[in-house]
Amino acid sequence: MLYAIFCYNDEAAVGAWSQEEDEAVMERLAAVQAPLAAAGRLGPVARLLPTTAATTLRKGREPIILDGPFAETKEQLLGFYVIECESLDAALDVARDLAIANPGTGSYEIRPIRYYAPNAATDI
Amino acid sequence: MTDPSWIHGALVAARPQAVGALLRYFRDLDTAEEAYQEACLRALNTWPRNGPPRDPAAWLIFVGRNAALDRVRKDSRFDALPDEDRLSDLDDAEHAAAERIDSGDYRDDVLRLMFTCCHPDLPATQQIALALRIVAGLTVPQIARAFLVGDAAMEQRITRAKARIGAAGIPFETPNAVERAERLAGVAAMLYLIFNEGYSVAGDQAAAALCDEAIRLARLLLRLFPAEPEMMGLLALMLLQHARSAARFDATGEAILLDDQDRARWNPAMIAEALALIDKAMRHRRPGPYQVQSAIAALHARAATPDATDWPQIAQLYAALERMEPSPVVTLNRAVAVAKVAGPEAALDLIAPLADRLDNYFHYHGARGGFLLQAGDHVGARRAFDRAVSLARTPAQAAHIRAHLDRLMQAR
Repeated sequence: MLYAIFCYNDEAAVGAWSQEEDEAVMERLAAVQAPLAAAGRLGPVARLLPTTAATTLRKGREPIILDGPFAETKEQLLGFYVIECESLDAALDVARDLAIANPGTGSYEIRPIRYYAPNAATDI
Repeated sequence: MTDPSWIHGALVAARPQAVGALLRYFRDLDTAEEAYQEACLRALNTWPRNGPPRDPAAWLIFVGRNAALDRVRKDSRFDALPDEDRLSDLDDAEHAAAERIDSGDYRDDVLRLMFTCCHPDLPATQQIALALRIVAGLTVPQIARAFLVGDAAMEQRITRAKARIGAAGIPFETPNAVERAERLAGVAAMLYLIFNEGYSVAGDQAAAALCDEAIRLARLLLRLFPAEPEMMGLLALMLLQHARSAARFDATGEAILLDDQDRARWNPAMIAEALALIDKAMRHRRPGPYQVQSAIAALHARAATPDATDWPQIAQLYAALERMEPSPVVTLNRAVAVAKVAGPEAALDLIAPLADRLDNYFHYHGARGGFLLQAGDHVGARRAFDRAVSLARTPAQAAHIRAHLDRLMQAR
């Protein structure tokens, strides 16, 4: 089963990390990803720019374009992983490892994937 | 859960909101700061044990307010409030506090706190020092190092600045739309001052931290006011300039000109963020000086090599900036672009009327020397470079011009 792991945290708190702290966290997260990548179980990985760089198009008869993220929340979507796991428990184990590598505030949302097209452009 | 770096990040991130709300509550800067400090101490004590609260800012406001009130209430007949150790388990108490402070209050609290620091009675250096202390939460020694002064001198500077704004009075009423726009403009200017204070000093860690702080506070402000194109422009401008920081100075601290910088060392994430912000700002069709300056910086960032720079477009943008904010320094910058497009003679014509006003300006003589050299006037170039060296504010500036002079000597 394919799962997406969405990373939520207060982007202001993440933005307050020093460059050294940021690099140290990324290194620890990379160490969690490495065995998954080696086993061919790691799909796309993305770290998003801050929500201040986001734009939202709200659908309607005349779509409305808004500055900022879809929803104003205390924790923001900051990135995501796609992983191959046998079960929810296995996916939770990965999320637990990520939480140990990057402790403190924030959440990981584990969401099974219904349709996956990593190379959609070439598949069509 | 004992890693303190996440706590540090959460406390720093929550600071402007928390101190801003406490300032609104107590109407006194020192009381607000002390209440926040007390709340931080308690957070350092309880968060590692209990984990982070769901809303750190609300927790700090609630605990800070109670701590300050406790002091008053100790001898009174009021019941004591629950202590924060129980509080962090009492989700409803925390939630109730968070709900009472809606996002509109947050917005004006943070803006008020920042705006308080840019009181027109305060000289720029005091505004910056105060904002770094109160809003960003840097320590006095950190700020003192960035300004190259002693701790005691900086402490005194901040105390004096606080006394001045205390005497002048802090505006507590909720601002109307016009006042809010004025406050935003004032705060934007102050953030750019902070950035430039950090940007102007060569490869110094304490000073570079000021650039990071200015960017962090600009992101915070833009999150609170997401549809302000000039805030997008300011943040983009700072990101584009800061993106070059690793390439701006060589190992000896000598400035490396834009043309000679190793572009591979520019920070691609900062450039990407800035370009996204400029795209967003353009959609509003409300151009302003920060947007134009960021567009100029973006044209430099987009050029893979110095030769690929779109100088005609840059010259046009400087002309637009000149119309918005006429200043001899902007004209001088336009002349640099014009020299690339139309040759050194056109640039010299453009800056000729500036001679009196910029006579004591290092960059004027440096640029003029460059134009004269290009035009083949070696004697004039030499004289201009000599004048630039005598006006240099940093060893790197002087060294840069001396390198030109050395080449002139060898050419003879």
